[in-house]
Amino acid sequence: MDVIQLQRRFIDYTSSLYREGFLDEQFTQLQQLQDESNPEFVVEVVSLFFEDAEKLLADLSKTLAQQPVDFKKVDAHVHQFKGSSSSIGAQRVKNECVSFRAFCEQRNREGCLQCLEQLKQEYYLAKNKLESLFQLEHQILEAGGTIPMTE
Amino acid sequence: MVTSRMSSAMRMKKEKNAACGENGNEPVQCDEMHVLAVDDCLIERKVIEKLLKTNFFKVTTVDSAERALEVLGFHEEQSTCAASNAFKVNMIITDYCMPGMTGYDLLKKVQETKCLKEIPVVIISSENVPQRITSCLAGGAKDFIIKPLKLADVTKLKGHIKPPKDVVSTSANASSSGPVSSKRKISSGRARGKMSERRPRVGGLTSV
Repeated sequence: MDVIQLQRRFIDYTSSLYREGFLDEQFTQLQQLQDESNPEFVVEVVSLFFEDAEKLLADLSKTLAQQPVDFKKVDAHVHQFKGSSSSIGAQRVKNECVSFRAFCEQRNREGCLQCLEQLKQEYYLAKNKLESLFQLEHQILEAGGTIPMTE
Repeated sequence: MVTSRMSSAMRMKKEKNAACGENGNEPVQCDEMHVLAVDDCLIERKVIEKLLKTNFFKVTTVDSAERALEVLGFHEEQSTCAASNAFKVNMIITDYCMPGMTGYDLLKKVQETKCLKEIPVVIISSENVPQRITSCLAGGAKDFIIKPLKLADVTKLKGHIKPPKDVVSTSANASSSGPVSSKRKISSGRARGKMSERRPRVGGLTSV
């Protein structure tokens, strides 16, 4: 695939991620912050998010498996997840965290368990999408092109 | 339509440069601005740090209010600040919700400490709780910003910074017969210079 085609694919893919709510303007903000002094800034921050997220999901499973459930602890984990997903613009993940916190407040274990499954789904979806996006960027650069900015 | 979205960050860098004068002739004020950012979440610290560096020369991030007080040189027993290891900061930005000491607790501590109370404190929070906002502002916070922090918020923060000479230095007791020694290392993240060449304007392409 030549550079122009790759660039088109990148633009289409990025647009779809915003359109489908996977990403919001905060992701654009991150891209705008990236500069020569830190050309891998977005990838670095998103990678940190992935690491943090895997740990939080594991902690959440563990905490919800305990009896009785420490809902305060669950809420703290979800709060952190909400904060980090919001920081990188992972909108659907953030929204899932908002729903999750509502169940924590209600001390609804079943509700929380369901939310955890949904959260995992949304997170892995977002992860796949972002990894594909970074891969496309990499392909463009390898082909000698530059990465276009899109609305 | 493909556009160049880098322009807003680039614009801010240019504005900062304009305010500070040409490269190499910057007045002390812009380069001496030091912000202490407090947030228990690593990802949020990274993003805030990058955001702040587009507007401020030096940024220090810490992961707790307790650590913030340490770097400010605060001594619990004496309710005062040690001269030796005190950071000189022009503003504190702190997350509200943190385990242990909250952002609000930090605000109150800063306000009630003679050597710190001149430092403006801004609180950031992911939750838009009117009561919380009111109590923080009433408690002396200069501003309360809902996360995530944006470039536009950071520009606004500049208005809350006191110029260095008006800040009660935490090293006020140290003997000094001249300007403050500038032994700061140049921040490797100083946000100046050309925009990333990875993201130029690309004409002729349209998005769907």
